[in-house]
Amino acid sequence: MTLSKLNNLYRQVILDHAAHPRHYGTLKDSKEQLELHNPTCGDILKLEVILKDNWIDEIAFSGSGCTISQASASIMTVEVLHKTPVQVEKMVTAFSELVTGEKTTGVQELLGDAMIFEGIAQFPARIKCATLAWKAIYQILQKAGRLE
Amino acid sequence: MDKKMNDYVQDFPILRQKVNDEQLVYLDNAATSQKPRPVIDAVANYYYHDNANVHRGVHTLAERATESFEKVRTKVKNFINASSEREIVYTKGTTEGLNWIARSYGSTHLKQGDEIVITYMEHHSNLVPWQQLAHETGAQLKYIQLLSDGRLDMGSAEKLITDKTAIVAVAHASNVLGVVNPITEIANLAHKHGAVLVVDGAQSAPHMKIDVQQLGADFFVFSGHKMLAPTGIGILWAKSIFLAEMPPLEFGGEMINSVELQQTTFKEFPWKFEGGTQNIAGVIGLGAAIDYLSAIGMEKIELYERSLVENLLPELLKIEGLKVYGPLDPVQHSGIISFNLGQLHPHDVATALDMQGVAVRAGHHCAQPLMEYLGVSAMVRASFYFYNTSEDVQQLVKAIKATKEFFKNDTV
Repeated sequence: MTLSKLNNLYRQVILDHAAHPRHYGTLKDSKEQLELHNPTCGDILKLEVILKDNWIDEIAFSGSGCTISQASASIMTVEVLHKTPVQVEKMVTAFSELVTGEKTTGVQELLGDAMIFEGIAQFPARIKCATLAWKAIYQILQKAGRLE
Repeated sequence: MDKKMNDYVQDFPILRQKVNDEQLVYLDNAATSQKPRPVIDAVANYYYHDNANVHRGVHTLAERATESFEKVRTKVKNFINASSEREIVYTKGTTEGLNWIARSYGSTHLKQGDEIVITYMEHHSNLVPWQQLAHETGAQLKYIQLLSDGRLDMGSAEKLITDKTAIVAVAHASNVLGVVNPITEIANLAHKHGAVLVVDGAQSAPHMKIDVQQLGADFFVFSGHKMLAPTGIGILWAKSIFLAEMPPLEFGGEMINSVELQQTTFKEFPWKFEGGTQNIAGVIGLGAAIDYLSAIGMEKIELYERSLVENLLPELLKIEGLKVYGPLDPVQHSGIISFNLGQLHPHDVATALDMQGVAVRAGHHCAQPLMEYLGVSAMVRASFYFYNTSEDVQQLVKAIKATKEFFKNDTV
């Protein structure tokens, strides 16, 4: 049964986040907003953050997409909350290396639950789905002038 | 017929492979078709034996290449029943053909206040060139509505096509909805109001007999790669009166008569449009593809594909939660079947099908306004060709059911 391979991609945690996304919705009074599209599949991701002092104080996302992009967005919001832009930048790089299979070790602490996406390296066509939200958080911080 | 048609599979070496441990079932033919051995061989033989630039050498190879290159024009002419081979212009593909018509014919004929009429089901390549042309010329772009089953609303067409209309541009067959549009009827409407009709034949030329004269089109464009030929070769057909007056868009070698310091005269059509060294191997491959298709017979291909759809559609409709877009009557549905499975995202479905060897497309299919019109963000699309078999149909149905089962506790 070849569908058993699918379990490497659709892990229970991923399915759970996709069905019950955390931080889904919009923020009142968010200054930083960004909308990203995945032009090949029509996915839309809207991300909002409120930065306080030097960390992400509040975060929310909305839009529509596949299981992988929704779950990745949900897990991303959990993992980057209360982190500093510099930390988030490191996480974005580590996540990108994780899902492309370039570097999969020594990043557990940095990425937390986002490690669950390790298996996606076996599904190259879906890497973009997983990275959309991470691209969004990077760009939003960049736009806000919070990255070097 | 089925058994005999099944024999053609043997000519497609690529189809004899396993993907994710399952027999490959290639159902992404609306994106591009696979290539049979005779086409691959024709391209290889050209490079092994005849390669030279065309129209400019006196040596034997150049003669040979030129002869083969021009012979294909005659094959294309016969394939679509054009009245002369000179009406056959080589392009890179449908997109280039449509862009050339918009830029060459469109920008020399349209003025502020004119109207361009297209439909909600157009592929971006038969939409964006007209939208850009409208921006440049001050013309207005209007969209013919669809009926609830995805067919064109001819009442809407009658309202929108008026004396203000300069160009009507319509897909012959939809790349999403599986409908074939009534081109002759639309041609009559357009001509009654003095407009020209541009037909996007990308999804029809590979699957049915095309007779451009009978259709009543003024322009007809299609791609080689969706009908067994290599990528990068396509055809722009237009009536001679239009090609004669249309200015060329690519200036350079090959397309000129004589060049002086301050002015240049161009060759006659079609050669004035074919600037620079052409995709000669692509043209040779297209010739071989036309020979292959003609040997089977386009009518037979159309009938066979319909029989596959007649098999598949009722099976799909039995799956709870599965929604098919376009007509539900198999007789009115081409070999392109777009669907969604419950609330599952099409990308998740496509990955699950791929795990079972079934190659389909998922996404907006280069038809974002259509997706918006139908109120969905994406769909799964299975598209058939004559080398698909009833076993392929069964494997698809089985794979969809297994996918539904896999995700049953989640979003379906």
